[in-house]
Amino acid sequence: MNNIINILQYQFVERAIIAGFFLGLVCAVLGVFLVLRKMSLIGDGLAHISFGAIAIGIAFGIYPLFIAIPLVIIASLIIYTLTRNNIIEGDAIIGILASLGLAIGVIISSITTGFNIDIFSYLFGNILAISQQELLFAIIGSITILSIIILFYQEFVAISFNTEQAKISGLPVSRLDIVFSIITALTVIMSIKLAGALLISALLILPASSSLQIAKSFQQTIIFAIIIALISIVFGIIISFIGNIPTGATIVTINTILFFTIILFKYLIKKQ
Amino acid sequence: MNNTIISLDKVSVSFGKSQVLQNISLDIKQGDFIGITGPNGAGKSTLIRTILNLHPYTGSIQLWDTPLSKFHHWNYIGYVPQSLTQYSHQFPATVEEIVSLGLISTLSWPRILSEKNQNHILETLKSLDIQNLAKTSIHDLSGGQRQRVWLAKALVSKPKVLIVDEPTNALDPEIRKIFYEQISELHKQGLTILLITHDTNDIGNYTEKLLLIDTNIIFWGDFNEFCKSDSMSNYFGEGSKHLICHQHE
Repeated sequence: MNNIINILQYQFVERAIIAGFFLGLVCAVLGVFLVLRKMSLIGDGLAHISFGAIAIGIAFGIYPLFIAIPLVIIASLIIYTLTRNNIIEGDAIIGILASLGLAIGVIISSITTGFNIDIFSYLFGNILAISQQELLFAIIGSITILSIIILFYQEFVAISFNTEQAKISGLPVSRLDIVFSIITALTVIMSIKLAGALLISALLILPASSSLQIAKSFQQTIIFAIIIALISIVFGIIISFIGNIPTGATIVTINTILFFTIILFKYLIKKQ
Repeated sequence: MNNTIISLDKVSVSFGKSQVLQNISLDIKQGDFIGITGPNGAGKSTLIRTILNLHPYTGSIQLWDTPLSKFHHWNYIGYVPQSLTQYSHQFPATVEEIVSLGLISTLSWPRILSEKNQNHILETLKSLDIQNLAKTSIHDLSGGQRQRVWLAKALVSKPKVLIVDEPTNALDPEIRKIFYEQISELHKQGLTILLITHDTNDIGNYTEKLLLIDTNIIFWGDFNEFCKSDSMSNYFGEGSKHLICHQHE
């Protein structure tokens, strides 16, 4: 216990936990909508695209997020437009753009700086190395996105329940979908430092999927997803610090263990 | 007084090269109880979905004297869709949460439910005798209970028209009868009802007007007239006449 208190006294751990709290919160809430809309893989696709964008930024000495934010938002709108107009299936276009993002990242890294520490931290995440500036970005970004979700909560719930019914209710579904695509893109970019481009989708999918196993209402689903996300992030940061292992991977592993534990308990309770 | 609320003029709908509806013209008046029937693939659900602005069409559709493209009073229409399986089996919601979605067209942005809205939801549940299920997960309900929840969702916005698409497909006869009696009671209270069903016996028992379609309109008018018409025997055979028309003989 003393060890944990000592760990929390490090300023960089404190920063990581505060950033993790806000990012975990927004990923958990957004993840519920993504999973219910069968859009789980969009996080993975957008993260791969952001990796390519970040590599461009690092190669040209531009702050990576300045490149990633517009490019990933554009990519999310391309995915939305092509799937909405039935030009291509969602998973196929996500796969295509994700591969392209990763390919661009690999090519640019290999001909410029190579796979240095910066690139690795975006690829695998390194929340313990989060700067004061990045922390501020994470807090402001998370509060903004959560505010948007709160303001459009009923609309997003209605669309997640059934898009056609939402249209019949007179909701501007297309415009709401664009808002949803943009906040998904921003969440992925913000959270890339937390878990990395390769693991970020797990933070969107796992807390929501675990929560869906046990929740009886929509509100419960959101609350359980937040609790599960925060438990895995705080413990993930502490365990990774103690064990000197990568933080993003630790958070995802804890999340996965929680998911299968919930499934197991649910199965055992049902069997009784 | 012109009390037409839904008016279709030469409405046609095609999916690719396939013509699903052709030259449909009809006026639906306030207080009508219309049964819509026809063979599989006749375009019954497409007709309703076109009226609900879900399909592109040619011709003209007016709702309450407003062209469909400019119509905004979606709370005037309550819709119970055909297939409940189209909803995610995973969707986590209590009965109260599902019914609250029906209120969305009545709320101004930001759409936050007030205590008054919550009370109205409970009143709607009470009117369908399912108030005790308010906090129950929709996954823990029987087919009949779930059907009443969808009905509550459609009714909570106090619509002027209730559209019910194949409502009793998965229900046993006893529950089906209760469901139709509830719908019939709502009609007596002044609600206009459009009921799509394959079940011609039920149509005969409860509705006043009949729309029989098979891409085109085969029959449109009072049920009494239908029972006397050639369409009756042509479509259903003389043998079925008593079953379908006994309420109107």
